[in-house]
Amino acid sequence: MNKLILGRYFPGESWVHQLDPRAKIVAAVYFIFVLFLANNWQTYVLLWAFTFIAMRYSQVPIRIYLRGVRPLLYLILFTVFLQILFTAGGKIYFEWGPIVISEYGLINGFYIFCRFVMIIFVSTVVTLTTKPIDLTDGINALLKPLRKMKVPVDEIALMLSISLRFIPNLLDETQKVMDAQRARGTEFGEGSLLKQMKTLVPIFLPLFVSSLNRAEEMANVMEVRGYQSGATRSSFRQLYWKHRDSVCLCVMITLTLGLLWLRNEGLFH
Amino acid sequence: MVMEIKFDKVTADYQLGPIRSPRVLESVDLLLETGSFTAVIGHTGSGKSSLLKAMNGLLLPREGKITVGDSVIESEKSKKAFKKVRKQVGMVFQFPESQLFAETIEQDICFGPLNFGVPLKEAKEIALHALEQVGLDPGIRYKSPFSLSGGQKRRVAIAGILAMRPEVLVLDEPGAGLDPKGKSEIMSLITSWHNDNQLTTVLVTHDMEDVATYAEDVIVMNKGKIVVHDRVRNLFANQNVVEKWGLDVPEARRMQLMIERETGVTLPSVCLTTDELADALMEVGLV
Ligand SMILES: Nc1ncnc2c1ncn2[C@@H]1O[C@H](COP(=O)(O)OP(=O)(O)OP(=O)(O)O)[C@@H](O)[C@H]1O
Ligand SMILES: [Mg+2]
Repeated sequence: MNKLILGRYFPGESWVHQLDPRAKIVAAVYFIFVLFLANNWQTYVLLWAFTFIAMRYSQVPIRIYLRGVRPLLYLILFTVFLQILFTAGGKIYFEWGPIVISEYGLINGFYIFCRFVMIIFVSTVVTLTTKPIDLTDGINALLKPLRKMKVPVDEIALMLSISLRFIPNLLDETQKVMDAQRARGTEFGEGSLLKQMKTLVPIFLPLFVSSLNRAEEMANVMEVRGYQSGATRSSFRQLYWKHRDSVCLCVMITLTLGLLWLRNEGLFH
Repeated sequence: MVMEIKFDKVTADYQLGPIRSPRVLESVDLLLETGSFTAVIGHTGSGKSSLLKAMNGLLLPREGKITVGDSVIESEKSKKAFKKVRKQVGMVFQFPESQLFAETIEQDICFGPLNFGVPLKEAKEIALHALEQVGLDPGIRYKSPFSLSGGQKRRVAIAGILAMRPEVLVLDEPGAGLDPKGKSEIMSLITSWHNDNQLTTVLVTHDMEDVATYAEDVIVMNKGKIVVHDRVRNLFANQNVVEKWGLDVPEARRMQLMIERETGVTLPSVCLTTDELADALMEVGLV
């Protein structure tokens, strides 16, 4: 359970740490969209280079990023597998009934794999280098324009920050309940699938109970302290757009231009 | 049955996501004899709970080894030993009521015994007995554990551990958050269980009265190390050690020190309870 790195913050002082959360969120979301511009190996090399530079600049050890990919590995491989099977074209290496492994299939599968891993890496760069509270502040700021369309932006941000705030608690509590049930003789990760699923009940039930209790307490406390939805409020923490944040966005634009250029290069081959 | 617990230069830490915590146990050597009743005290964060978890194979030593009875816990590979150790060592966690999950109280208490291979019928009998032991009316056994009060839940959770028939009982602040009456009831329950079954018992507590009243031996922990392991009376007799580690003393002992200072009379023995203090005062003729 402690191996889960999603939503954890890795304290540091790196260049990436000091970026404004808004810049980081915009850059990461933008990156996911630009990924779709990639269509040949040159563009993928460029994207990988960008990903690695971002990871290096965050000063977080690479093995931690690799650990972030591990839980999703099966999902990725499954998708890649489907892609390989259902893309036709080019040389055919293997054919058995409807199952065909072709050159294009393999290439496409590899590209899909790269895309997944890069998306995970880049979003992990953001979550590892940004405090959860800054992340929600950033999201809140970015969603502000939607307020005009009567979207309850503040409420959404509050919900997000409460959930993020309680992730560590929930993980700690999961660990505690798991320990307690293990002390009563439960063994996790052993026996048949059905047996393993049964061992989850003694974990999740106490967690649900305590989460519900906590939610109710939290609601009461907020009410007692005068929280009202829809009230205008100011923020204690202010976000400041700095020079380096503009640099970050410029890097993204340069990346796009590079991709567009390499993409067309590819067309001539 | 010999149920010694032995720590050999045990060092341990927690792996926490990307960050490894500092050592929570640092080259701990320890021998707990069969049938002993040991209290563990120390400031918050000194590693008391971690010490208990290590006895149950929940926190693995990074270096050194732990021997419980005839099983050895050394690393992840000691898997075979875990099951045996966990059957022999019953662990009551801090706020154990948060581990309740089953539909009925009976099912919850049976959970442990069933996991260790006790047949259902026998487990149910044990559950009934355990409920009586913790002072609850066996008639409530078909009720949901969530419908009980905090103190009752605590008792059910403890019954769930006692039902495993452990030979070693380790408890992490079993009285925390209970009213004084509930607390002393739970403490005397543990003591009588300890005496009736010749258990080896380890109790983490913040309350020096508990130490003085129930325990024979005491361990003082500081920053992951065991700094004192002695008879309770020896510890409280030695005011230097008590002050060095910033410990409280039982009410009666504090009273004794005050009387000795005011009157200049030294009482013949170290008094840990009010009864002892009264006897000593009568002996020297101060009352
Ligand atoms: N699950 C965990 N993950 C990481 N670190 C932990 C974990 N549990 C405890 N620690 C750390 O280990 C150290 C010892 O903790 P432990 O719970 O053993 O202390 P304790 O003596 O029982 O304290 P208390 O009296 O507050 O219960 C603390 O510094 C704590 O931060
Ligand atoms: Mg503790």
